Order: sequence, then structure tokens, then C-alpha cells
Amino acid sequence: MDDVKTPSREERKSALSGLGTSRKRVEDARFTQGKGNYVDDIKLKGMLFGDFVRSPVAHARVKNVDTSAALALPGVHAVLTAADLEPLGLHWMPTLAGDKQMVLADGKVLFQGQEVAFVVGDDRYAVADGVSLVEVEYEELPVVTDPFKAELKDAPILREDIADQKEGAHGARRHPNHIFTWEAGEKEETNKVLEEAEVVADEMVYYHRTHPCPLETCGCVASMDKVNGKLTVWGTFQAPHAVRTVASLISSIPEHNIRIISPDIGGGFGNKVGVYPGYVCSIVASIVTGVPIKWVEDRMDNLMATAFARDYWMHGKISATKEGKITGLWCHTTADHGAFDACADPTKFPAGFMNICTGSYDIPVAYLAVDGVYTNKAPGGVAYRCSFRVTEASYFIERMIEVLAQKLGMDSAELRSKNFIKKEQFPYTSALGWEYDSGDYHQAWEKAMTSVNYKQLREDQAKQLQLFKDGKSRKLMGIGLSHFTEIVGAGPVKNCDILGLGMFDACEIRIHPTGSAIARLGTISQGQGHATTFAQILASEIGIPASDITLEEGDTDTAPYGLGTYGSRSTPVAGAATAMAGRKIRAKAQMIAAYLLEVHDDDLEWDVDRFSVKGAPEKFKTMKEIAFASYNQAIPGVEPGLEAVSYYDPPNMTYPNGAYVVVMEIDVDTGVSDIKQVYALDDCGTRINPMIIEGQVHGGLTEALAISMGQEIAYDEQGNVMTGTLMDFFIPTAWETPNYETDYTETPSPHHPIGAKGVGESPNVGGVSAFSNAVHDAFKPFGLTQAHMPHDHWRVWKIAKDLGLHS
Amino acid sequence: MIPSAFTFYKPDNIDKAVSLMADFGDEARVIAGGHSLIPVMKQRLTDIKHLIDLSGINEIKGIEITDNQISIGAMTTQVELINNEELFKIAPIIREASLQIADPQVRNLGTIGGNVANGDPANDMPGLMQLLDATYKLSGSNGVRDVKAREFYEGAYFTVREDDEILISISFEAPSGGYAYEKQKRKIGDYATAAAGVILKVENNMCSSASIALTNLSDTPVYCNKAVDIILGKEIDNNILTQVIEACVEQSDPVADQRGPVEFKRYVAGIVIKKALTRAIERT
Ligand SMILES: Cc1cc2nc3c(=O)[nH]c(=O)nc-3n(C[C@H](O)[C@H](O)[C@H](O)COP(=O)(O)OP(=O)(O)OC[C@H]3O[C@@H](n4cnc5c(N)ncnc54)[C@H](O)[C@@H]3O)c2cc1C
Repeated sequence: MDDVKTPSREERKSALSGLGTSRKRVEDARFTQGKGNYVDDIKLKGMLFGDFVRSPVAHARVKNVDTSAALALPGVHAVLTAADLEPLGLHWMPTLAGDKQMVLADGKVLFQGQEVAFVVGDDRYAVADGVSLVEVEYEELPVVTDPFKAELKDAPILREDIADQKEGAHGARRHPNHIFTWEAGEKEETNKVLEEAEVVADEMVYYHRTHPCPLETCGCVASMDKVNGKLTVWGTFQAPHAVRTVASLISSIPEHNIRIISPDIGGGFGNKVGVYPGYVCSIVASIVTGVPIKWVEDRMDNLMATAFARDYWMHGKISATKEGKITGLWCHTTADHGAFDACADPTKFPAGFMNICTGSYDIPVAYLAVDGVYTNKAPGGVAYRCSFRVTEASYFIERMIEVLAQKLGMDSAELRSKNFIKKEQFPYTSALGWEYDSGDYHQAWEKAMTSVNYKQLREDQAKQLQLFKDGKSRKLMGIGLSHFTEIVGAGPVKNCDILGLGMFDACEIRIHPTGSAIARLGTISQGQGHATTFAQILASEIGIPASDITLEEGDTDTAPYGLGTYGSRSTPVAGAATAMAGRKIRAKAQMIAAYLLEVHDDDLEWDVDRFSVKGAPEKFKTMKEIAFASYNQAIPGVEPGLEAVSYYDPPNMTYPNGAYVVVMEIDVDTGVSDIKQVYALDDCGTRINPMIIEGQVHGGLTEALAISMGQEIAYDEQGNVMTGTLMDFFIPTAWETPNYETDYTETPSPHHPIGAKGVGESPNVGGVSAFSNAVHDAFKPFGLTQAHMPHDHWRVWKIAKDLGLHS
Repeated sequence: MIPSAFTFYKPDNIDKAVSLMADFGDEARVIAGGHSLIPVMKQRLTDIKHLIDLSGINEIKGIEITDNQISIGAMTTQVELINNEELFKIAPIIREASLQIADPQVRNLGTIGGNVANGDPANDMPGLMQLLDATYKLSGSNGVRDVKAREFYEGAYFTVREDDEILISISFEAPSGGYAYEKQKRKIGDYATAAAGVILKVENNMCSSASIALTNLSDTPVYCNKAVDIILGKEIDNNILTQVIEACVEQSDPVADQRGPVEFKRYVAGIVIKKALTRAIERT
């Protein structure tokens, strides 16, 4: 039978759509047809709706909450206030950062938009009417919006509940509005190096307050089944298992009686990691009313009240020799946490991984201190598409490099090159204590500089500058460089936990008799495409085509325990668990194959999708055959079935990195910037799905563009949110989004089972510095050293004005 | 983001609509495309008990062109203004300005009537109507009357329209000469940081007719009569242009918002006026 061709090894491999394949996203069929299933799509019998009465003011005593008119309204079933929650001990709740937060205003409000009462009614209309009828009497108090004024002697005390507490969750507090001081590195030694240095650059770098603003806002449906005592909550949760444990701890409902389900999530970006008053109130309301309760934020609620990101004032000093060899780095950060410390960081890291702020550079000594303070702003401080303050750290060092280059009179590309950690230095221990796993920064940098033709760009820029100086043009050209190193994949249980829960993750695999499979993970996709990529990892590990593997996440009753998806941890941690579970499957499969082929285990070798006898490749058993055998053969010493589970505790973090270049043209009169080129080279180790990587990079770059060029949560002095709608909160459309050129180098992580490092957040981390540096670079010839983001039209115009370019 | 309850009416002719308005007084409001009204209703910034939908009234839809006279029904959508080739031929500035409003979704529903009647200084059409010296036809319980666009606006959201009056059409003479509508905004879908329109004719090297207007640079659209006086009958040179721009900026009175402080807006006003003048002159 000549016409039956045995597929070649390569053909068998490509039939798997495993690692390295640009497999199409399996999620998209339902999303592009409007068939996703989001929280707001969940409709249960008898379900009621809930919504909040929110504070219109930023700081006030709540003298009285009168719910009678609202309760009298037909269609309104209940109105919860702090007084109702207090007997249950639920008027306050713990935050992920070791602080506590009011669920409903307990005598006081501390930020505009704070939850004061929860109205439950038949439908959204009845509830909205009810909300407008709740009368709250406020006695306004002086407002603190400036973190530098929070610790003044006569500053109004925001958190009266802990005013006298000298010890916080992270050590000593020196003022009622002070949360913590967190230090890393060598203070004395760094100061000494700075004092004796030939050159020191000193700058205040502000990374403004912004917001992850996922297109789907936060929400949940809570359903307490009074017959069996089981609570089910569908919600926009980036960490469903952690939510279950926290819910059990604060509600005293046994954990086995709580089921948390994250259905499809329309973007998270860190906004959906924390626990919000809406969840608690929905649960309580469901217990009280005995029917399911739905709560879904509107856009203004989301921007005003659920977790913001950044808001770090980073004062830096960086020293170097005259030749540009960096000798030390010092940083003091004032972190504006808003009214409650509700950051979602690993517990031992109150300032997240801000101590990655030595970046990609071999800096011998460094010191970092972060002071967290309370202000009358919304709580949060979440990792907006980044791993716990890595964006802040990366922006800080990439600005400091630019400022130092300016001071040295040196090209900043050259300065970077001169100070990169060298390939042979990996694994590299940084001055602030991290062990970088791998990297080849010089290779990436050179590739980037060649690809964009850096020399030519600088020549073009000089020409444009001359035209400007000659009065022939009102435009300046800016070249923004950035080289970032992230620290992702939290993380090793020895130093990473959230509220005591170790940050491992898990995968459970079950192979069906006919050779297809289901895999369940402790993570939850919010657009990352886990169902696509994790199936690819498995396909390569166990030789079953990716299309024959179902992937499930987000249901705590069925998925193994894991800490969820944020901080680029899914691939580094759950991806590793997937590979390890796959290897356990393979180990058992090998025993089964040996039995079937009547050889010793060691006589077999793995060959893409089968075990074959060493030296006799025509004798083999495919994974499909082995799967079937595992269900129908009585194999001595081997249990039936083919399943495995792996709980993976990563030995280290992974360190994705990359080199980005942005070129823009800036009109000094209008402040309008025109982005001419965006080049992004990413090294995320082993590349699982190049197409998904590219998609992630495009998305992250667009967020970076938004953040650096206009997106912010702005407050006026009274603490009013000035950017409460998408008219003022910048989300780029296709129109504002430039073309992106993506590129890569591939330096696998040595400790990850497949060498993958994670990429979803890299473009946000690296992109912001590149865009912002381009703006700074344009004005560098006129002496600009630092101008805070966002670089929207008027702020760019102001730079030009202050430099005297408008006369 | 849920409005308070209201009763909804959908009359099929203008008289019925007017009589509903007369019955309910200031508790009633007409709705056209809803793209300015619905957002404020959802935020409960306004309490409307009776909502009268104009979309069933055919007599106030469509574009009529006779000789040099253009009449546009209030319920004509912005996308219809953009797509109408006849209108483009005779008054191309309408398309140029309309394309700078919001985004396609908004323009598919937003009407010219709603845009000019709203009284929002950020809307682009009122400025355009200053430029064209348009006339608004209003129908109320006391009959029909004409009001000049240049006399219609009193302050932000305040116009001379009586509570029971409905704008039925907008008419103007086809402009002649060079034209331009220039708008600086932060992004697609944004209102103007500053916008300016210019229509101008040059004969024998002299400016023989001119019109200049500004959007979102005061609490009403601004017709720059002082600047027009300066340029009329003059030979156009840099000196005159500088004076014209100064006179326009002088007449502006912007307020600070997230787009920027007053000082910035006045500066940018000067820039957009200059751009509009330059382009209009190029097109003469
Ligand atoms: C995201 C977004 C961006 C936008 N950007 C811009 C922009 O850049 N430039 C711009 O000009 N506009 C912009 N708009 C507004 C848009 O053009 C509106 O459609 C327009 O302002 C109002 O027209 P409408 O038909 O939607 O009126 P509606 O919203 O229905 O009505 C607006 C007001 O006018 C009154 N009204 C309507 N018709 C009549 C009538 N015939 N007689 C008397 N009163 C009447 C209504 O009672 C109401 O008070 C934007 C809107 C949105 C949502």
C-alpha cells in the first residue's frame, strides 16, 4: 500500500500545534460572535440587583443615613448600611495589604465615590431610584490630596480608626497618615558612594495616578442557597481561589461551602485582583434576602472607586564616573495609597517589586526607601498590567539613565550599553537582592539599534532641530529609548504569599480513553488566551494535538488551587505546573507503553507523540493508544486511568526584558505629538505562540501610549475626581494607535521547565518609558531634564512655554 | 447611570409635538439623536418627566437646496450632512466640520438640530452656523419665528428658544470663497480644545467678504465681528493676519478643564485660527 504515507516526524510535530506555533486563539470564535459569557450575562431566577449610594465628597463625617424614603419605594427590598453590617463584623474588611477597609461608610467617608449604603431592588431602575432617595448628612472635613502634605504636623487625620497605632502591617508608623516605610539595599554605603562620586544626577520622577480601566467593569452575582448552605459567587475575579479563602475567613462560611466562579472576563489589568465592597454587600444581601444579587459597576464607579494604579513620587540620585560607569543608585519614593492600603502585592512586599529599580544595569550599590501615605483618594495601587510596581521601577531607572546621560553629555544609548549586565554575569544578583535568571541585553540592544537605524535617526533629529532653530519649522523630533527588565512570575513560596497563601500555581490533567484531554488550572484568563497557549504547552509535552485538549479555569469547585492571573505569573507559574503535570502523564504513559511493547521502561524513548523502542522506531505506541490502554488493560503495578496534578512552586522569578524605541514629532505650539515609529523587541524566553505574543505586545503598547500621553486619574484640591468618564480618561482608539514593529530575541529561563518567562505585561512596562523618553528627548537640546506625565497637549505645550520656545 | 422615570411620546407631526411641549412646559424635553441628552439624563443631571421623540416627524428631516439657498431639517443626522453630495458641492465646509464631530457612531444618530439647539458651547455646529450667518426656524405655541444663529445663544445651555419651541430647520445662503474649519482635540470623540472656522473671499487682492467664528472658546459660540471688521477691504498680509488673530483671541473667553488651563487654550485658539485662515486663503 504505497499510497499510505507514514507521516514524518516533522509532520507529526506540526499536527500537534505545540510550542512555537502561531495557533489561532480558540477563545475568539465565541468572543467575535458575541457569545462570551460575562458576569453581566448571568441571570438567575429571582435575582435582585444592588447598587451603591456613593459619597459626593472626599472627606466628611457621616452624621446620618436616612434610608426610609428609599425603603418606601416600590421595588426596593433592602438598604444596607454600616450599622447593618456591623453585627456580622463585615462593616470593615481586610485588604490584601494587611490594612482594613470600610465596606460601607462607618461614621466617615475618606474619598469621593466611597460606598455609603447598598440598595437592593427588583431591577437596576428601581435600585437607581432608591439610591437617589437615600439621604446622607455629611459634615465636610479638610481634604488631603497631596501626599507631601499628608504628614505635616497639622494635617487632618484621615484614618481615625488607627490614629494611635504606632505599628502597621509593615512596621513602624511615624504619623497617623503614614502607612509604612520599606527599605532595601545599603543606605550608608550608597550615601558614601554618592558623596564621593564624580558625577551625580538628582531628579524627582513622578509616575502619575492612572487606572487599569478594563472595558468590562467589576461585578458579581452572589447566590446563597439556604437549603444546602452553599454560597456561589460569579465574579470578575483575577484570583478566584484567593477570593474563596478570603470570603471564608471573613464570613465564617466553611470554605467547602463557597464556590467562586470567574466566567469570561473582559480585561483585568490588575483592577480585578482585590476584594471590593460590592462583593461583600452582594453576598450579605443574598444571605439576607435569600435570593441571588447582582452588582455591576458602571464606568464612573469603576474609574472613581475601584483600584487605581501607580501614583509614585520617586526621588532619585544616580552616580557615575566621568566615563559613564554607574557607581550607585539611591531612591526615595513617596507612595500615595489613597484612603486605605489596598495594594495587591505579595505580603512581604508593601511596595511590590519596586526594588527591581536597578533595572538592566550592573549597579554595584543601591538603596531604596518607600514611604506609603494615606490621602483622600480612592484605594488601590494595583499592578496595572505589571508585576507589582515593576512599571514604576522601570520608569524610574529609565528616566534616571536619561538624566544621567544628559549630565555626562553622553548619548543615552551608549550609556545603557556601557552599564548593561553582561550575558556572562547571569545568574546575576542585583544590589537590591534579586537573582536575575538570564538575559542577553547587549544582543537585544544592538539588534534594536540596528533595526531602527539609530545613527540615522539622530541625524534626522539634528536636521529637524536646525530647521526649528532657523524658524523654518515649529516641530521637534524626539527619540525615546528604553531597556527594561521585569521581575514576574510571583513566586517562590519562601518569599511570596498573599495573606499567607503561597504563590504557587497548579494544573490538573485528565486524559480521556480516546486520547483527548482536559486540563484545569488555578489561573484565569482575562484576554491572555490561556485556553490556546496552555494547550500548546501540553501538546508538546504529551503528544496530544492542542485542539484535542480542553482547558478550564476559574471554577474553584473544579480547578486546582492557584493564586490566579496577574503580575505575568500565569506562564511562569501555572505554565510550569502544566508542563510538570504533562511530564507526570508521560512518565506513567511510558510504563504503560513498556508493558504493551513488552520491553523495559528504559528501552523506550519519547518521540513527539509516542514512545518507541530505542533503535527500533517501527515499534511504538502512540499517546492515543496508551490512553486507551490505560482504561482497558489490567497492567500489573499500574493504576488504571491517566491523570496527573502538579502544584508548582517556582524556584525563582523570571526576568523578561526588552529594548523599545519610539520616535515622535512634537508641535511646540499645540503640544500635539505625532508618533512616527514604535519598535518593540521582547525577550520573553521560550516563545509559546508568536501570534499571541504579538497581540499582547500591541495591547500593552497601546496602554503604554495611553498612560504616557494622556491617561490619568486627576483630582482637584477638594478631592473631586476630574476624569470620571472616558471623555476625559484617555483610552486610545484605532485612530490614536500607531503602527507597531515587533521583534524578539530568545533567551530561555534556565529554571522554568520550558524556558518561558511571560510577556503580557512587558509592553506596558517598557512602553511607558519609551514614549515618555521620546517627549523628554525632543526638548533635551533646550535643557529639559524632567517633565511629569501624562504628556498630553497642554502639558507638552507648557514644557515648550517654560523653555521659552513660544516667544 | 440610569435615568429617572419619564413618559415617552413619539408624535408624527410638528404640531402635536409643539402641543405636547405646551402642555408640559419645562417638565418636557424633546429628544433628537440623544447623544447629548441621554448622557446627562443617565447621570441624573437633569430631571425630565416627559420625553418627546422627534424621530417620527418626517417634515423636519432632509436637505433642500434651491438656487443658493440651503435649508436643513432639524432632524437631519450628521452623517446625512456628510454624505449629501449636493450639499458638499455648494457648501463643502459642512462636510469638513461634520467629519470633525465625535466619531461615526455618534454622527449616525446625532442631528444638526440637536447639535445647535443644545446650547453646549463645545458643540461644533453652533460655531459653524455663526460662520454661515444661518437662520433657525422655531415652531412654538405662538407660531413660527426665525432667529439668527448669531442672536440665538445667551450662555452655556441658555438660548433664546422658549420652553415650548422646537427648532424645525436651519437655513443659510451657500457660502462663497475659501473656507476651513480647524479643530484641535485630544482624541477621536473629543470636543474641541479650540476650534475655528473661516470663510473668506479675495477679489482684486482685497478681502471682499469674510466670516470667522470660534467653538468652545467661550460660554457661547463666538462670531468674531471685530476681526472681520479688521480684514474686510484689506489686502491680506502677515500684518493684517496677526491683527485678525489677535482680535479673535481677544473675543475668546475659554474656561479651564481637563483639556488645559485658560492660557493654553487662548494660545491654541491663536494657532487654530491661523491654520483656518491660512487654509481658507489657500482655497480662495
Ligand atoms: C462621545 C461623544 C462625543 C461627541 N463629540 C462631539 C463633537 O466633537 N462635536 C459636537 O459638535 N458634538 C459632539 N457630540 C455631541 C453630538 O454631536 C450630539 O449628537 C449633538 O450635540 C446633539 O444632537 P442630538 O441629535 O444627539 O440631540 P439630543 O441629544 O437628542 O438633544 C440635545 C439637546 O437639544 C434639544 N433638542 C434636540 N433637538 C431639538 C429641536 N429640534 N428643537 C429644540 N431642541 C432640540 C434636546 O432637548 C436636548 O436638550 C458628542 C457626543 C458624544 C456622545
